[in-house]
Amino acid sequence: MRSKLVATLAGVSTLALYSSLAVGSKYNFPEPQSIIARETYDQHIALLWICLAIFIAVFGVMFYSILKHRKSVGHKAANFHHSTTAEVVWTIIPCIILVVMALPATKTVIAMKDTSGPDITIKATGYQWMWGYDYLQGEGEGISFYSKLSTPRAQIENKEPKGENYLLEVDNRVVVPVGKKVRVIITANDVLHAWSVPALGVKQDAIPGFIRDTWFTADNPGIYRGQCSELCGKDHGYMPIVVEVMAANDYAQWVAAQTKSATIKTSMHIENK
Amino acid sequence: MAAVHGDAHGHEHDDHHPSGIMRWVKTTNHKDIGTMYLWFSFTMFMVGGFLAMGIRAELYQPGIQILEPELFNQFTTLHGLIMVFGAIMPAFVGFANWQVPMMIGAPDMAFARMNNWSFWLLPVAATMLVGSFFVPGGAAAGGWTFYPPLSAQGGIGVDLMIFSVHILGASSIMGSINIITTILNMRAPGMTLMKMPMFVWTWLITAYLLVLVMPVLAGVVTMLLTDRHFGTSFFNAAGGGDPVLFQHIFWFFGHPEVYIMILPAFGIVSEIIPTFSRKPLFGYSSMVYATASIAILSCVVWAHHMFTAGMPAVGQLFFMYATMLIAVPTAVKVFNWTATMWRGSMTFETPMLFSIGFIFLFVIGGFSGVICAIVPIDIQVQDTYYVIAHFHYVLVSGALFALFAGVYYWIPKWTGHMYSETLGKWHFWLSMFFFNMTFFVQHFLGLAGMPRRIPDYNLQFADFNMISSLGAFGFGLTQLLFLYLVIDCIRKGEKAPQMPWDGATTLEWTHLPSPAPYHTFETPPVIK
Repeated sequence: MRSKLVATLAGVSTLALYSSLAVGSKYNFPEPQSIIARETYDQHIALLWICLAIFIAVFGVMFYSILKHRKSVGHKAANFHHSTTAEVVWTIIPCIILVVMALPATKTVIAMKDTSGPDITIKATGYQWMWGYDYLQGEGEGISFYSKLSTPRAQIENKEPKGENYLLEVDNRVVVPVGKKVRVIITANDVLHAWSVPALGVKQDAIPGFIRDTWFTADNPGIYRGQCSELCGKDHGYMPIVVEVMAANDYAQWVAAQTKSATIKTSMHIENK
Repeated sequence: MAAVHGDAHGHEHDDHHPSGIMRWVKTTNHKDIGTMYLWFSFTMFMVGGFLAMGIRAELYQPGIQILEPELFNQFTTLHGLIMVFGAIMPAFVGFANWQVPMMIGAPDMAFARMNNWSFWLLPVAATMLVGSFFVPGGAAAGGWTFYPPLSAQGGIGVDLMIFSVHILGASSIMGSINIITTILNMRAPGMTLMKMPMFVWTWLITAYLLVLVMPVLAGVVTMLLTDRHFGTSFFNAAGGGDPVLFQHIFWFFGHPEVYIMILPAFGIVSEIIPTFSRKPLFGYSSMVYATASIAILSCVVWAHHMFTAGMPAVGQLFFMYATMLIAVPTAVKVFNWTATMWRGSMTFETPMLFSIGFIFLFVIGGFSGVICAIVPIDIQVQDTYYVIAHFHYVLVSGALFALFAGVYYWIPKWTGHMYSETLGKWHFWLSMFFFNMTFFVQHFLGLAGMPRRIPDYNLQFADFNMISSLGAFGFGLTQLLFLYLVIDCIRKGEKAPQMPWDGATTLEWTHLPSPAPYHTFETPPVIK
């Protein structure tokens, strides 16, 4: 009995260590960079623990039974086959666990939907196969550009060594200031696409003819990468999303530089609508 | 029992028992038709498996090596369609054909001729589906869910897919009407509904689900067809339609569909666990109610496939709660199986191994299912490899493992021969090992953000993809062992006794010799 307890404790602590190491590693979500991504991350970890506990409980019983209640060790079969009490108990317990799981998620869902009062609004439009961005409101209003995969064809065809950001790099990044609420209005021009940046906790389908929105507030400056997440045809794997989060004054400089060349950009911008 | 024996043998001489190819073309015998369903689905399993090997070969390394992106998309699309509609569903109908009449003491299916027709539609549909690879433009490439507007873009391959789905749907509807009628009208005297074997119960409920949702699928593909060719705009915003409407209709079919593929699996496992535990199924009535609850709940959770499509918070919360609720009856089932094993006298022949493997891995798939039900987490993992891992845990180690368990369990009754226990155990352990090697690492890929349906990926995903591909090749090869084992069993397996398993209690074991005669239960047995 004692040795079993020690073994269990050792197992649990190894797993605890493992899951703390897993932060930021390739076994888990990317390091969260927004409040929503953080909440999602924490809920996922909490759920894993709950699942692990249930798993150990259920399969502990089952494997104990498999070891002890086998014919080869001479165990004789009992003949019980019904217990209303047991059925009621093991219906109610999962219900309680589910309520515990659902409560924090409910709060996050409501927070995710609150796109009101943004500092900056950007429209992202999915095309086969690139993204178009229009800064609609806030600092940088009027900026507009396309964002295409910048990985050279030769790397895809294995003629050149692949770079670190293979398939996750674009010619024009979406630039946003740190700590500001950014509302992203998402639509598409041809087929479904999905605008997704895991570190910022956003993913929203882009639907032709319809507008959807989502929001994020980035915690730290940095470059965050995502990919189109709704099958959109042959180059679905080749339309990444790259968001660069800048400090406020860097962002102001970026806006100034963009606005200076705005005339040229506008004449280049082909309106599809 | 003796009377039944005599009956079966006495009839054998004046039986009209045709042979040659026409026996199979014209047969109305539930056993022949069941056999054809099973071989058909195994063939489709091989075709779908070949496509999976192609997908995994391309994903073995980053960069484009074998499949150009367009062909890659055709492979993923057809892999999904073939496995769902060609392999898993017909295999369960094959089991229903063989087992339902024998387990309820009926001589055959209620509509024997329609039974023939519902089978022979399948090869036609499958030919159209597989043949679409060779038409101009190639096969459909919009994913097995064929969301418009993308699916409006494809060529004639998409039309072939639509017609194929129509035909498969018609076949399924006929099959399920037949199963419902058989179960409700042809049970042996004394076999009340609450005395039916669990496998029969689960199929009865599944058949109702099929009748409910297959017409919806037929409707949605027809709408897609008219959008493509007849100028309607159901799913085209420019004409006043809505692409998201397609997703709602599709998943109203699609979510019950996943339970269509798992409820009969529950039934098979619920037969096998008590047999090899030598103990009656624990909580029979709660198992029946749990199955029915799962079926009913499965009809009100469809939009959890669409959390990233955008819907009001109230909608997301409703579908999240409803989805989570399904965990309750599913958990009840797992607890009942565990309680059945508890204090039994277990042996671990191949059917039992596959059943325990089923419970073990299906529960992992169930956990990732609950995790996917949580909206914020789902938004992170939607359309990533996490979802791929999740549904392969419920469909491969769920439905497919249960099918294997069922084949090993009943093959002595079907063929009159025992399979090789050694090879069966090899098949189980190799499948178990390679399955987890293939799909467990895909959870990590998904969490790290690798989208599904992409032919090429960033280097950070390279090592897990390589492991996954190697596992997939191993899993594919292991299934050839299964084919060899089945042929070996049919050709020169040991003679099977009437009751090769100690704990079996259903009619096919207690009343019928092995192999089961061509015609059985012409006089129904009386159930006390």
